[in-house]
Amino acid sequence: MAIMTARTLPWYAPPRLARAMREARRYPLVPIALLTFLLVIPAVLAPQVAPYDPLKGSLAKRLTPPVWEQGGTIDHPLGTDKLGRDMLSRMIHGARISLAVSMVAIFVGGIIGTSLGLISGYFGGWVDALLMRLVDISLSLPTILLALVLVAAVGPSFGTVIIVLVVLLWARYARLVRGETLGIKERDFIARARVAGASHARIMVRYIFPNLVNSLIVLATLQVGYVILLESALSFLGAGLPRPTPAWGLMIADGRELIVTAWWVSMFPGLAIMLTVLALNLLGDWLRDHLDPKLRNV
Amino acid sequence: MQRYIAKRALQSLLAIWVMSLIVFSLARVSGNPLDVMLPLEAGPEDYERVSKHWGLDQPLSTQYLIFVSRAVRGDFGNSWKWHGHSAMGLVWQRLPATLQLAGFALFVSIVIALPIGVMSAVKKDTGWDSVAKIIALLGQSLPGFWLGIVLMWIFAVHLGWFPTSGRGGIQYMILPAITLGWFQVAVIMRLVRSSMLDVLDSEFVKLTRIKGLAEWKVIWKHCLRNAAITPLTFFAIIAGVLLTGSVVTESVFSWPGTGLLVVDAVRARDFQVVQAVVIVFAGIFILTNLLVDILYAYLDPRIRY
Repeated sequence: MAIMTARTLPWYAPPRLARAMREARRYPLVPIALLTFLLVIPAVLAPQVAPYDPLKGSLAKRLTPPVWEQGGTIDHPLGTDKLGRDMLSRMIHGARISLAVSMVAIFVGGIIGTSLGLISGYFGGWVDALLMRLVDISLSLPTILLALVLVAAVGPSFGTVIIVLVVLLWARYARLVRGETLGIKERDFIARARVAGASHARIMVRYIFPNLVNSLIVLATLQVGYVILLESALSFLGAGLPRPTPAWGLMIADGRELIVTAWWVSMFPGLAIMLTVLALNLLGDWLRDHLDPKLRNV
Repeated sequence: MQRYIAKRALQSLLAIWVMSLIVFSLARVSGNPLDVMLPLEAGPEDYERVSKHWGLDQPLSTQYLIFVSRAVRGDFGNSWKWHGHSAMGLVWQRLPATLQLAGFALFVSIVIALPIGVMSAVKKDTGWDSVAKIIALLGQSLPGFWLGIVLMWIFAVHLGWFPTSGRGGIQYMILPAITLGWFQVAVIMRLVRSSMLDVLDSEFVKLTRIKGLAEWKVIWKHCLRNAAITPLTFFAIIAGVLLTGSVVTESVFSWPGTGLLVVDAVRARDFQVVQAVVIVFAGIFILTNLLVDILYAYLDPRIRY
C-alpha cells in the first residue's frame, strides 16, 4: 500500500507560496479587484484613459455595435450610442460620476448624521427625544417618492441629487452613532476626561468619535452600493442627473427604447452597476465581519 | 398594548404631517404655482381670480391650512399636462393597474421564494442553500430597472415569448411582475429560511416524525404552517415597497399605472399630479407600516415595551 503524503501529491505547492495564497484568501481580493478596475481607476483617471470625449459624437458613426459583433470596429470597442458617442468613454466617465455622487452624498450625510447622533446620545433628554423622533420619521418616508417631489419642484441637477441622498442617508448614521455613544459615554475614560476639565465638545470629538470610526467605515462602505443603485434609479426615471451627463442610469434609460436594435447601449452600463454594487456589498460584508460584527442588522 | 398603538399611530400621523410639509414647501420653492397652473395666455385678472380661489393672497401659514384642508378632501387641483383632469382623478384612474401588478408580483415572489426558502432550511449547507445565498446577493445588487430591460431583451425581443410593454392579458404581466418581485424574493426567502430553521428544531416536529408521518408532510404541512407566521407579518411592509417599486418597473414596461403617471408628471413638471401621487403613496406606505407594527405587537408580546 503506497503511503500518500502531502509531498507525493502532484498539486502540492511549495510552503511559501501556499502560505502566501492562504494569506491572500483571507482578504476579499475579487471585490477589491473588481472595484479597482470598474470604479476607482476609471473614476480617477477618466480624462486620461477614456479614448473619446463622452459628450461629443459623430452622427455618421451612431449605433456602431461592439467590436465582436458584425459591423463593429476596434475604434469603439463597446460600440456607440444613438448620437454616435463612444460607449467605453461614457462608461468610464460614468464611473467617475457614480463615485463622485456617492462620495459627496455619504460624506455630507455622514457628517450631519454623526454630529446629530453624537449630540443626541451625549446630551440625552429632550434633545435626544426630538432628534430620534426625527430619525424615525425620516426612515419611514418613502425614498423614491421624496426624490420625485424634490425634482419636480426644483428640476434635476447634481445639487438636487445630493440633497435627496443626504436627506435619505443621515438618519442611519444618527441612529448608529447615538446607540454607540450611549454605551461609550458611561465608560471611565470619559469621566476622567471630564474631571480633567475637557469641554463637552472636546469629549465628543476627541474621546468618543475615535471609537466610532470602525462602525462608520462599515456603514459607509455598505451604503456606497445602495447610493449608486439609488442614484442610477433616479437618473433612469429622469429625476436624477440631467442629460447629457454620462451617468450609468441615464445611459440605461437611453438604451431602453433601443433594446430591439442596439442592446449594447443599455447592457454595458447595467452590467457595470451590477458588478460594482455586488463588489461593494461583498467588501462591506467582509469589513463588517472583521471590524464590527455587531452591525449585522444595519 | 393601547399605549403602544397610540404611540405608533401618533408617530405615523407625524410622518404624514412632515410629508405634507415637505410637499407644501417644495411646491412654493418651485416658484409661483400660478405660473404652472394657468395657461400662458392668462391675463392679470385670471391670476387674481385663481389666486383668490387657491388662497394664494393669504399669508403662508393660512395657505398651508388651506392646502391641508383641501388635501384631506383629496383636492390637489387640476393637472397641467393632462388637460381637463383633476390630479386626484388621475390617481384613482391609474391606481387599479398598479394594484393589479403589485398583487401579481407579490404572488410570483411568494411562489418563487417559498420553496427555495423551505428547501434551503431543510437542506442546510447544501446546493439549495448556495442557490438561496446567490439569489439573496443578486437581490441586493441588481438594479431593478436594468433587470427589467434584460428580461425584456431576452424574453420579449429574442425569444418573443412575451410582449415588450403595455397592459393586456396575463402575458403582459409576467415580465413586469418578475422585475418588481425580484427584491422581495430575496427578502421572503431569508425570512422563510430562518423561521423554518427554528421550527425544524422544535419538539412537535419530532413528535410528527415519531408518529411516522411522511417527511414531505412533516415539512410542507406541519413545519411550513408554523414557520409562515413570521414572514406573514412582513407582507404589509413588502406590499408598501412593491407600491413604491412600481414607479421604476412601470416606467420600464410602460405599464399604465400610478408609477408611470408620476414619472411622466415629473418629466412635465406637473406638480399637482406629483403631489397627489406622493401623498397617496406616502399615506399607504405609512399606514401599512403602522398596521404591521400593531399586528406584530399583537402576535409577539415582547415588542410592546
